[in-house]
Amino acid sequence: MISKNVIHQIVEKATMIRERVLDMTSKAKSGHPGGSLSMADIVATLYFHWLKVDPKNPALESRDYFVLAKGHAVPALYAALAEKGFFPLEYLEKLRQLGSPLQGHPVKKSLPGIEMSTGSLGQGLSVMVGMGLALKLDKKENRIYGILGDGECQEGQVWEAAMAASHYKLDNLVIFVDKNGLQIDGPTKQVMNVDPLADKWAAFGWEVISIDGHNVLEIVGALEKSENVKGKPTVIMAQTVKGKGVSFMEHQICFHGSPCTDEQLVVAKKELLATKGNLL
Amino acid sequence: MTEMAAPRDYYGKALVELGKKNENVVVLDADLSSSTRTSMFAKAYPERFFNIGIAEQNLIGIAAGLANLGKVVFASSFAMFISGRAWDQVRNSVVYPKLNVKIAATHAGITVGEDGATHQALEDIAIMRVLPSLNVLVPADAIEAFQMIKYAAATPGPFYIRMSRGATPLVFKDSDYIFELGKSKILVEGKDVAIIASGIMVDVALKAAAELKKENIAATVVNLSSIKPIDVETIVKVAKATGCVVSAEEHSVYAGVGSAVAEVLALNYPVPMEMVAVQGVFGESGKPEELLDKHNLNVNGILEKVRKVVARK
Ligand SMILES: Cc1ncc(C[n+]2csc(CCOP(=O)(O)OP(=O)(O)O)c2C)c(N)n1
Ligand SMILES: [Mg+2]
Repeated sequence: MISKNVIHQIVEKATMIRERVLDMTSKAKSGHPGGSLSMADIVATLYFHWLKVDPKNPALESRDYFVLAKGHAVPALYAALAEKGFFPLEYLEKLRQLGSPLQGHPVKKSLPGIEMSTGSLGQGLSVMVGMGLALKLDKKENRIYGILGDGECQEGQVWEAAMAASHYKLDNLVIFVDKNGLQIDGPTKQVMNVDPLADKWAAFGWEVISIDGHNVLEIVGALEKSENVKGKPTVIMAQTVKGKGVSFMEHQICFHGSPCTDEQLVVAKKELLATKGNLL
Repeated sequence: MTEMAAPRDYYGKALVELGKKNENVVVLDADLSSSTRTSMFAKAYPERFFNIGIAEQNLIGIAAGLANLGKVVFASSFAMFISGRAWDQVRNSVVYPKLNVKIAATHAGITVGEDGATHQALEDIAIMRVLPSLNVLVPADAIEAFQMIKYAAATPGPFYIRMSRGATPLVFKDSDYIFELGKSKILVEGKDVAIIASGIMVDVALKAAAELKKENIAATVVNLSSIKPIDVETIVKVAKATGCVVSAEEHSVYAGVGSAVAEVLALNYPVPMEMVAVQGVFGESGKPEELLDKHNLNVNGILEKVRKVVARK
């Protein structure tokens, strides 16, 4: 059983990721805070508790691989990687600037810790399937983790990949679907309903675990459970809130692809600070 | 009689050879393995062959993932589907991250024949050569296809290798040909016109050059098999030596091999030029030979353009 102390540390990191996402995107005056905040707890759990990765040796043979299929939410990933020590924190100030390795969407090899370029939604899962096959061929124990958006699941390629992952029995593949219920043009239910999403994954032969994507205990529990799944891939359906952690950003589509204004940033960071206070 | 062979048969042979030498070689197909000849590899190395089903976007994505973890990946389908259906995947999941994926496309062009326009890729060179640093190759015959496959396997980075369906006359001999990326071979030298041909049109160009002799026109014939990177030096050299150029390809006249040659000439050494290509229309059902004749992708088509371009000098 995971200790209270560890949970506490993960939640702290998640709050820190949220702060940095807001800082980075506001400084860049562009980027995607909403979907970064909705997956912050998942990213924090992965990078500060779960993934076998080593910032001192990013090419570690036995590492776990992480692919952010919903590449637009990369500010949260950059924040986690910097905090973990993959690159200096100062880099975060260069998000989306000319010549910066912190491109608007992740670029393989532009920074240590970025395993794959993504940005065109729907492609990430296929790549994870390929990586999973390679590991099976090489009889390696490493595991693949990824995060998809719920809107992203409208892409046909996601289901091609879902079919292939279960066909090839990739039990080394675990993905989260960040089920925040929103995409760009509105609620996913209105734009193009993807539900019942859990049933669809199950029908494609995946082990489905449904959780509250902001509850670290549940996130860890799901990851632990996924380790014992044999002969099929696992999807963790994470019910989340877009913009989670900042009251005026929650459930708002306007923060999908635009950052806080300077005034909003002050208020938002105060709120996050208060969250931190509650943790202590 | 000249010896004939289909590039895809030699592709299959090359894969089996590569599979034996290199454990890291894996091959993917999208339910066309018997046609693309990846079935030969599948039979020899079933554990390293993955049928992805009729899902070309996923085919390319999975190829990217395998390459991301160090595999040398060959991914095959018909040129139409693997270039057209999966273009975004080729661009963003393979070429942008510079992954070691070799896209081996078969059944390119109108010589697909009876299946008709939906299966006849006449735009794939255009949409592939525009991708930054993707190597785009078109073999002149089965021997060159074999060489290219081995070359691509030994060279890191993404490749698009375009093969036609049918058996065509062998232009090269097994023993004396070595493929070099970015190099174009001059097959025949003459002072009056340079015919720069690719794929199945190379053999046709050689036949046209023989005909032209009778008209006292001495033609140079160049095999442009490395469409990208392109051999600027040789193209400029033959343009200088002859003063006019005819391109010949089994592809749309728009943005294909002729356009690539025209770009080189316009920027370096403009000379009168004519293009033998499909004139921006779809193909249709028919026998390959009938279709080639209908679109003037034949000896007469080349002769006509040569006479025209020589008169423009
Ligand atoms: C293929 C493709 N089409 C469109 C876009 C533009 N786009 C970026 S984010 C987004 C909405 C994503 O929604 P979702 O997957 O639910 O992500 P989240 O809510 O977690 O941000 C769209 C349409 C894209 N990046 N890729
Ligand atoms: Mg969403």
